[in-house]
Amino acid sequence: MPRSVHKPSNRAARGELLWAAIALPGALWLVLLFVVPFYAMVAVAFGGANPLFQTPVPAWNPLHWSGSNFTAVWHDIVGPGAYIGPALLRTLLYTAAASALALAIAYPVAYFVTRFSGRRRALFLTLLIAPFWVSYMMRMLAWVDLLQTNGYANAVLSFLHLSTQPVDWLGGHASTVILGLVYGYIPYLILVLYAGLDRVDQRLIEAARDLGLGPWRTFCHVTLRLSRPTILAGMLITALPMAGDYYTNQLLSNTPSTTEVGNQVEGLLSLPGANGQGAALALILLAILAIPIAFYVRGTMRGGAGALA
Amino acid sequence: MGATSVGPVRADQSASARMPRLGLRVRRRRHPYLLEAFTWVYLAWSMVPIGIAVLFSFNAGKSLASWQGFSLRWYLTDPNQSVLHDPALHAAVVQTLRLGVLTTVIAVPLGVGLAIGIDRWRGRSAAGLSFIMVSTFVVTELLLAVALSFVFSQLFTFVSFGTTAEVLGLVVWNMAWPGVIVRARLLTIGRVYEEAAADLGASRPSVIRRVLLPMLAPAIFASAVLVFASVIDDFVLVNQLSSSAGSQSMAVVIYSNVHGGLAGPALNALATLMLAFSLVLVVVGWAGYRLMTRGERTSGASALGQIAGVG
Repeated sequence: MPRSVHKPSNRAARGELLWAAIALPGALWLVLLFVVPFYAMVAVAFGGANPLFQTPVPAWNPLHWSGSNFTAVWHDIVGPGAYIGPALLRTLLYTAAASALALAIAYPVAYFVTRFSGRRRALFLTLLIAPFWVSYMMRMLAWVDLLQTNGYANAVLSFLHLSTQPVDWLGGHASTVILGLVYGYIPYLILVLYAGLDRVDQRLIEAARDLGLGPWRTFCHVTLRLSRPTILAGMLITALPMAGDYYTNQLLSNTPSTTEVGNQVEGLLSLPGANGQGAALALILLAILAIPIAFYVRGTMRGGAGALA
Repeated sequence: MGATSVGPVRADQSASARMPRLGLRVRRRRHPYLLEAFTWVYLAWSMVPIGIAVLFSFNAGKSLASWQGFSLRWYLTDPNQSVLHDPALHAAVVQTLRLGVLTTVIAVPLGVGLAIGIDRWRGRSAAGLSFIMVSTFVVTELLLAVALSFVFSQLFTFVSFGTTAEVLGLVVWNMAWPGVIVRARLLTIGRVYEEAAADLGASRPSVIRRVLLPMLAPAIFASAVLVFASVIDDFVLVNQLSSSAGSQSMAVVIYSNVHGGLAGPALNALATLMLAFSLVLVVVGWAGYRLMTRGERTSGASALGQIAGVG
């Protein structure tokens, strides 16, 4: 038995209000603690500094914005004695190298598990997901242990007669940092590739084989081509955090020769009087990353809309 | 290319000759042993270092390279440097769990509300909110941390750095988990049950409480587990928004002590504890999810039955 009868229009209007009310607390939280903070960063970046206390003076009104912080940062990027430029370049280089290496390792693994693992698929998936439950810090700590001068990495190398002198792995090698980045972010890439390769229609592969293509050409013309969007998504998912990473290099090398742009942002923030420049550099980084971020957000939102239809 | 080279062979085959060829088409797929070996090497590479790190947290000596016998020295018995007795390590464990609980308790209801609201209350503001929510997911964590530290030092100066600032920031960073997961679930269950319940005379709040929330329970639970796990591992936000040693989490303590400081098996013990927390979460999460989705098919129908007074 219906307990009460509403007029439909009345109910709909009240429903709208109810849904908005349910979303309100979360929406307020996001506006106050996500949108406003980014505006605060903009205000600090376009603001000045108190000459006496060296504290930042944010310019909340866009009419009062000044570009002095950006000019200062720009000189540190390209001017004589620039120290941020090399860090930017290094970030780009490390991110590109680590992404490429991660893809070269992740793709065959994901390909094997989707196509050939058969009944052992659950086992392989569990093993692939396992690193997600180990914290990033612990995974880096594990490598710090192994890469000590008297650690296992050198012990294995000398046992195999590959090196006579113990290598100082943690003494500022770019290769060590890249290895750390690959190790840290590859689980995400593998799962994205797994999900994408799993959606490649097996019938298309069969069809290509039936039409006389060899296994290698089938792979190149069908599987690889169909997985291009997945590769792109995976690269975005790993490259974005890599570009903002400032702790892997600190843990695995801790020398100025491997500093990245994130370290420079952190350094400027702890330097009295340079907070405005720190904010400006952070904004520049955001502007560089905005293109891939927007690309990814658009893809995600469109995916959501696709599921709706 | 491939097809042209095959073409001539096909051309001189009569229709009758094709029949046996069809039988041969069932190719025996050779197992790719090389690919499998590569996969196992990758898996070993991904796990062995962690295994060694865990092993050495039980080392009786200070070394991280030579095994000196099993002991719980770095967990319990060492009077100064064990996780139990070193005040910094001890505080880090407590702070990590505190942040995990507080953030989960706040972020999950907010995120669930946001997901329901965005999904049901269509319109431009809902689309804008959805955009902001997804953005929190992909924006670089360091940039969010920097922005938050500016807003707390320049605008919301009543918020003190330390636990308060950390929780406020972690909630922003993790709200998208329930947001995205619950929204996906809302899309799969559709509006059939809700409309049926409304036709049976249930009011909107009662529909939410008796139909929607029970059906969303597994998704809410799963997202709570993910939020908690992600807070335990969080480094960047906690590092940037902490004030003193007392408000540092396990990840921050490991980071700041790897070079000098407390280096040694005590850090491995701390990391192993983090791993143990995560494993407990995996088991609880898996068991809980199984339990909650057991009667999946019937939950919507039984809720409707109760509303109609027949269930």
